[in-house]
Amino acid sequence: MTVFLLRRLLQAAGVVLAMSLLVFLGVYAIGDPVEILISPEADQQERERAVRALGLDLPIWRQYLVFLGNALQGDLGRSFVFNEPALRLILDRMPATLELAIGATVAALVIGLPLGLYAGLRPNAPLAKGIMAGSILGFSLPTFWVGLMLIMVFAVQLGWLPSTGRGETVTVLGMRWSFLTGDGIAHMIMPAINLSLFKISLVIRLTRAGVREAMLMDYVKFARAKGLSPARITLVHVFKNILIPVVTVVGLEFGGTIAFSVVTESVFAWPGMGKLIIDSINVLDRPVMVAYLMVIVLMFVTINLVVDITYSLLDPRVRLEGKA
Amino acid sequence: MGRSVRAARGALLLAWASLAGALPPAGGAAAQSLTMAVGAPVTSLDPHYHQLSPNTAVAQMVFDGLTGTDARARVVPGLAEGWTAVDETTWEFRLRRGVRFHNGSALTAADVAFTFQRVPNVPNSPSSYAIYTRPIREVQIVDDHTLRLRTAAPWPLLPTDLANVMILDQETHAAATTEGFNAGAMAVGTGPFRMVTHRNGERIEFERNDAYWGDRPHWQRVAYRMVTNDAARTAALLAGDVEVIDQVPTSDLAKLRGDQRLTLAEVTGLRLIFLGLDHARTDASPFVTDNDGKPLPRNPLKDARVRRALSLAIDRGAITERVMEGAAIPAGQFLPEGSFGWVPDLPVPRAEAEAAKRLLAEAGFPQGFRITLHGPNDRYPNDARIIQAIGQMWTRAGIRTTVEASPWTTFVARAGRQDLSAFLIGWGSSSGEASNPLRNLVAGFDRDKGYGASNRGRYANPELDRVVETAMRTLDDARREALLQQATRIAFEDVAIIPLHIQKNAWAMRRGLAIDARADELTRAQDVRPAAAGAVR
Repeated sequence: MTVFLLRRLLQAAGVVLAMSLLVFLGVYAIGDPVEILISPEADQQERERAVRALGLDLPIWRQYLVFLGNALQGDLGRSFVFNEPALRLILDRMPATLELAIGATVAALVIGLPLGLYAGLRPNAPLAKGIMAGSILGFSLPTFWVGLMLIMVFAVQLGWLPSTGRGETVTVLGMRWSFLTGDGIAHMIMPAINLSLFKISLVIRLTRAGVREAMLMDYVKFARAKGLSPARITLVHVFKNILIPVVTVVGLEFGGTIAFSVVTESVFAWPGMGKLIIDSINVLDRPVMVAYLMVIVLMFVTINLVVDITYSLLDPRVRLEGKA
Repeated sequence: MGRSVRAARGALLLAWASLAGALPPAGGAAAQSLTMAVGAPVTSLDPHYHQLSPNTAVAQMVFDGLTGTDARARVVPGLAEGWTAVDETTWEFRLRRGVRFHNGSALTAADVAFTFQRVPNVPNSPSSYAIYTRPIREVQIVDDHTLRLRTAAPWPLLPTDLANVMILDQETHAAATTEGFNAGAMAVGTGPFRMVTHRNGERIEFERNDAYWGDRPHWQRVAYRMVTNDAARTAALLAGDVEVIDQVPTSDLAKLRGDQRLTLAEVTGLRLIFLGLDHARTDASPFVTDNDGKPLPRNPLKDARVRRALSLAIDRGAITERVMEGAAIPAGQFLPEGSFGWVPDLPVPRAEAEAAKRLLAEAGFPQGFRITLHGPNDRYPNDARIIQAIGQMWTRAGIRTTVEASPWTTFVARAGRQDLSAFLIGWGSSSGEASNPLRNLVAGFDRDKGYGASNRGRYANPELDRVVETAMRTLDDARREALLQQATRIAFEDVAIIPLHIQKNAWAMRRGLAIDARADELTRAQDVRPAAAGAVR
């Protein structure tokens, strides 16, 4: 286990380093941040001053080395736009995105697993066909459009839910959370559902496919022959066996949700990391873009690790040392 | 006496209106709170850190400059109740007496001197306000409420420029950092609102400064929310979550106008949308070819007849009516009618495709040529659709046009490197007078003079430069205006740029509210009031 973890950490460091170089070069190629940031009124001297102030007068390789040197000391640079440490900006926004992503993932499991199980056990029932048809919609409707429709129906027409924003928050552990206040939850419902639609469909389909496959397995037939109750067969024997693909996909999806919930966050004006990164890209705030992608890389590495560990808990045949 | 009678009647009207339910709760006198949603994020509360319209709007709620500008962008007194040019290079500003910062500290001339000293020295500023203080060579404190500012050369725009510089308090802000402002502790000004909380990129909350020296704003509490998505902002207004929104998308204007619950406020702005042309090259221009796709030996855009033909081929009315859905007025010069330096006898060019063809033939291109028109697709309202429309119009006049729209970040870098032949871009003349676009857009590119910094086509005309320079040394307003008009006429008769239209700025709000719609696009809470209370004043 320890060897496995160490090796994994080493790999992670390599990935982060390669990523930092790629991101730095990519961001450098997009355009000149001074053109975007500076007031159009500024004259040539003022432009030159801004270029120097932001450290953009150095050649790219020196900019990269400066960045790398600071990064090793835990400083991912200061935002050009906010003049605050990029990492702190990102971490400030993280709770908002985290609670949204967790809400969406929980919704996906709570709604998707039972529906998928039902559709797998009774594949020919009309309701199962309805569920499967619905899941196609969940896959194919663009989140952007669904989000606006949710707002139009539940906020504008019915007036049940607030249209945008984060609502009231409480501070716990130095971070602001919405899910602990009624107003915050009301603000969270629509974005979380919008974010989870795709995932619900995914979980339904994975679960259904898994159940249908497992039901034909010998161990299920044997359990049935042994006279076990259908409930026990489903919940203990089948369910446990279909969880591996579901955990893998949900885990990866969770990372994707945190990293790229850009559309939902901007439609609902949800002040999370996704909105920060899209705003930063629009003004070429390089330090924030680079720091954000670094954080995301670290996060994916961690999630993959957690998924691997979960495997070994779910399936005793998986040995972590063997994998490394 | 008459005033109090009117006030009483106004109050009665207001009471009646709220009884009749015609006003939303926010418009009533009881709940004096306002929620606004703005389309562009505020990036900093440090008024000297990042020059950007949303930042300026918020800065003007919390702070004041020596001067200010009214809704039509004319200079009005701010913390200075008056100013005079003592001689060619000396300005005397007289400060208002009894003005206090939010923390009770009194405003004195020393605070102003401190401010001018801080402005150029804000660390890491990506866009400094120092361009406005740079002409000042020396600040002389005459007494607690009188200052003399000496400039190196005559600088008629000093009162205009100083509207951008927010005055800070020496005692409070001596060691203030940008982070300190963003955290709220340093956001202490003399303005009509004091800041309560700031959540970066999400919302800012204000409460009224009851000791404000000027007109007291109507709202006790203001929530200033940032909702960058256009559709979401409109939806928030329709859902009643916010009472005022800015940057109403042109496609929603008709729908919102027809909604009984809402009111729209529109004003002709100061932002000109125009086409820049490649003046830098006399030989082949990168995106101009003959009809077979081979490079031309010379750059046709250097010929004024070709530029005039390109301008005449454009039907500006069609663009403002159909593409912009009425949210712009056709333009033939930098500024809208009535601005300082506007030229009365410089009309909007009429669409004359035949005349355009004749001019092209005269210039030696009877068969026209091919050109690529570039533009952004995420910067100005309908930007990509405008260049498509122009592409069709040019093609009809015999210039086969390809259109290429790209994101602003990549587009503006290419335009700034003179990589393009013809491109759509905009310019907001924030000072509301003609020297600003003249100096920045069409004066020859000159680092030392600071001219032509946004002259991306590198138009160069020594005659125009001379007139502009003379104007910039002329303190007399009437004489300066005549010079600016002369320079403007030179620029447009030579078609240095092709003006298209001037955008209108639009706000939408709950019925029962009114806003002083500002030409400079700023959205400030002090400009919003109940419509009925407005009649009282």
